[in-house]
Amino acid sequence: MPLTPAFSPGDLSHDEPQPYVWTLNFGPQHPATHTTLRLVLKLEGETVIDAMPDIGYLHSGFEKIGEELDYNQYVTVTDRMNYVSPMANNVAWHLAVEKLMGIEVPPRCQYIRVIISELARISDHLVCNGAVGLDTGAFTHFIYAFNPREQLYDIFEALCGARFTNSYTRVGGLMYDISPKAIEMIREFLDKIPKTFDDMERLLNRNRIFIDRTKGVGVLTKADALDRGCSGPIARASGVTRDLRKDEPYLAYRDFDFDVCCATEGDCLARYMVRMGEMRESVKIVRQAIENLPAGPVNVGPGRRAILPEKGAVFSTIEGLISHFEVVMTNRGFETPCEEVYASVEAPNGELGFYLVGDGSQRAYRARCRPPSFINFALFPHLIRGHTLSDIVAVLGSLNIIAAELDR
Amino acid sequence: MTTSQTISELKKAFPALEFSEFRGETRAVAPVESLFDVLKDLKERLDFDMLVDITCVDYLRYPGAKDRFGLVYLLANTETAERITIRAFVNDPQPAVPSAVSLWEGANWLEREVWDMFGIRFEGHPDPRRILLPDEFTAFPLRKDYPLQGRGERHNFPVLTRAESG
Repeated sequence: MPLTPAFSPGDLSHDEPQPYVWTLNFGPQHPATHTTLRLVLKLEGETVIDAMPDIGYLHSGFEKIGEELDYNQYVTVTDRMNYVSPMANNVAWHLAVEKLMGIEVPPRCQYIRVIISELARISDHLVCNGAVGLDTGAFTHFIYAFNPREQLYDIFEALCGARFTNSYTRVGGLMYDISPKAIEMIREFLDKIPKTFDDMERLLNRNRIFIDRTKGVGVLTKADALDRGCSGPIARASGVTRDLRKDEPYLAYRDFDFDVCCATEGDCLARYMVRMGEMRESVKIVRQAIENLPAGPVNVGPGRRAILPEKGAVFSTIEGLISHFEVVMTNRGFETPCEEVYASVEAPNGELGFYLVGDGSQRAYRARCRPPSFINFALFPHLIRGHTLSDIVAVLGSLNIIAAELDR
Repeated sequence: MTTSQTISELKKAFPALEFSEFRGETRAVAPVESLFDVLKDLKERLDFDMLVDITCVDYLRYPGAKDRFGLVYLLANTETAERITIRAFVNDPQPAVPSAVSLWEGANWLEREVWDMFGIRFEGHPDPRRILLPDEFTAFPLRKDYPLQGRGERHNFPVLTRAESG
């Protein structure tokens, strides 16, 4: 069976004599890509002249599925987009849904959503920064970074029962209220985690090999970052100060005191440093949120036909059962206006937004996800040109590409 | 949020724009002929320096819709945190709009994805290939006339017989 090349034949034509230019296929199954993506590299000796990303290996039609599932069901699919920080995706999805329906969630729910978003950010940056070390030869660093994630999984398990694909949020609230045990676990985590950051910094920040491998590699200027639509730590490492938590405060971010970490160098080292700084800021936010957690209900009141009743009420009372059916039945369900909204959050990778079109039914007419990985990966050929083959893993690691979100 | 100043500036330059607002978002519908000029004006004069997203909606079964496809451009001003949504409608048989790659390099992959999923041509795009689906794919799966299951996944791959498969 003939396989059509994924790039047009003109791209790599060897019509003119180019004796030293050769083509290397990188991925899709390669340990350093971390996920399933492919790069076709054009090399002269060890220098990369051009790189052609070939993506779509994990395309599974998430946006098409979004038109078939209702607003609560689709949250399970958002888990599988960026599986390194699924909680942030859950929050982003239901923020868009609630904006479409005009629901304001109670303060307690807002605080808990902030806590889980920031824990998700820590969990994402631990993997990303750990993997940067791994890719540049510092295996110990990766183990140090990965270890506290186990505690995070335990916290998520205490919150919602699932460790990896959480699906914790619901329209107008959360699956469960936060338990005293979970609060205790989060406090314990906050006390321990700064030591991990210290360890990571001591291991790597003054490491000559690491600095040589990352400093000045994959430089992104501020103008380029804006031109290419970058957001999140990658843009902030290049001097763009945009952070949606400050610029367009959503949920309860207005209540917290934290800094936005920025750098101006725009290289792999700057991106690593910005992520390290952001983790410390996240710890600050979670600590403020957990100590000032408002009392009160976690879900919007029963006046809106949007929120699922508690499971105990569903199983033991007829009213609970009826109100449960009111939400899940296909001809009753949610009430949405025939309108379009875009809502976005500052996810660990950058601006994660959902463009939702409601048509009055209980399903989205269109559920577009603005994936930060997709937009950040489009940078890659620009960043790698002129660098050596070994720099590919450093640049790829610092962009933190999650292929499930890239391809959706 | 979009300031009233931006809106009045835009109204002055492009009287054909239709503005609407919902939940604090300002949206403007631009005629396809002036879409590129509106985007250019927003970028170069009104400092909307960031293209957040380009996407498309197929209004085939939408209640009360008159046009088939709606292009959506989400723009942001990173200094003032202003946002604006520009929409443009295109129709069969040859849905096409001018490419915005000359304004924002970030439009490159986003437009390729819209072409891949909806079959909207972006005139002047430097690299008009499919991006997520294989090149052999002939359909546009996010169109509403494309079913969730049953067509397009495998129909255009050659069928091997048992003898051929060795």
